[in-house]
Amino acid sequence: MKIAITALQGAFLEHERILEELGVEYFEIRKKEDAKKEFDGLILPGGESTTIGKLLYELDLFHILKSKIESGLPVFGTCAGLILLAKDISNDDKRYFSTMNITVKRNAYGRQLGSFETTGSFGSLESVPMVFIRAPYIEKTGDDVEVLSVVDGNIVAAKQNNQLVTAFHPELVKNFVDIHKYFIDEIITKR
Amino acid sequence: MSESRYDLNKNLAQMLKGGVIMDVTTPEQAKIAEAAGACAVMALERIPADIRAAGGVSRMSDPKMIKGIQNAVSIPVMAKARIGHFVEAQILEALEIDYIDESEVLSPADDTYHIDKTKFKVPFVCGARNLSEALRRIAEGASMIRTKGEAGTGDVVQAVRHMRAIQQGIREIVSLRDDELYNKAKELAVPYDLVQYVHNSGKLPVVNFSAGGVATPADAALMMQLGAEGVFVGSGIFKSGNPEKRAKAIVKAVTNYNDPKVLAELSEDLGEAMVGINADEIEILLAERGV
Repeated sequence: MKIAITALQGAFLEHERILEELGVEYFEIRKKEDAKKEFDGLILPGGESTTIGKLLYELDLFHILKSKIESGLPVFGTCAGLILLAKDISNDDKRYFSTMNITVKRNAYGRQLGSFETTGSFGSLESVPMVFIRAPYIEKTGDDVEVLSVVDGNIVAAKQNNQLVTAFHPELVKNFVDIHKYFIDEIITKR
Repeated sequence: MSESRYDLNKNLAQMLKGGVIMDVTTPEQAKIAEAAGACAVMALERIPADIRAAGGVSRMSDPKMIKGIQNAVSIPVMAKARIGHFVEAQILEALEIDYIDESEVLSPADDTYHIDKTKFKVPFVCGARNLSEALRRIAEGASMIRTKGEAGTGDVVQAVRHMRAIQQGIREIVSLRDDELYNKAKELAVPYDLVQYVHNSGKLPVVNFSAGGVATPADAALMMQLGAEGVFVGSGIFKSGNPEKRAKAIVKAVTNYNDPKVLAELSEDLGEAMVGINADEIEILLAERGV
């Protein structure tokens, strides 16, 4: 199994460390040739969605990755990655992959002073540590979307077939690999 | 500041990694920076090159101007407070700024003490010329470090010097025996536990960007190859011939800093770079403020 991580901007090294811990092979996508390679799963890390979205176009990665996701490539987006996959963004005109039937709100908790950490359930997992950094949340879900996690009444993790998203950052929690394991076991392996 | 708040603040810096933070003086410039792919903007009234030209005392920006920029963009907004001026920092916190830069680019308000950054909820980034300064700022509560470089010059030499000094300092500590760390902490005038952290992990406990004198995509990539985790660009963008194009090129250079072919392509036809002042020929070295 080989997982690709978009390494355009943001916290991609943190995801790599988790995959190393799980013993999963990975490589970084920084340009077109990388995106054309064969891989079994894709991680869209956190960072600034405007920056990463811009770079996806500028570096000619956008259409290659979008068509792979549309044809069923397992993809896991955290924070900015969630925004990139959303069909609708309620407080922004920009759209990116638009492959997931969710409406998200960017910077939904406000500026950095609104960033917080908590624990919550994720699917059948209990007491999952969750770090929210200038995070979005999901306001509405559409067809085929399974809600995996709700914090304070807001949807913060969901799944739609091959697509998994979290508004929080499992990659920022030390020695915590459960969500990545879920992506691998429930989405990549069962594909 | 609680430990979890400090972690959240370090986490925000992690999200900025691999990105370019651009100095902007107006909402219009902020929009250009965001559209070009900046991962954050630094709101200030005058960019360092103009501060240098104007002389006199340089202070925190007008809150009205900062709010204008906060309303114009969706990416994080940073702003500068004078070294030691904890009331300017309190005001910036009240504005819910995303990051405060306790900056040598402004005139220092205190020639001995830095701001006690542990008293704040908002995160701070501070400049450093070497590992000793970097670890002292972290001990004071900084959750992100940047090299000082020499702001407003367009001359990258000081940023290179400072980044090399920090990286060499780290490598030296890694190479020491455990029982040599106490004396190292004494020599550097920094807390022992931070020296121990660097010894064990081979890096700073916070994200480290480069700043001060970056003017071209090649400059930005140079700093990344020397170990920067991202880049601040101040005067280099809006003092150049074609800010929009240059901003975009620098953003792409930071992503593909290890790919000379890509760098060659995006260095092409950028128009005039900022004129620049040789850092050896200037009278006031901003980097010497706040050690």
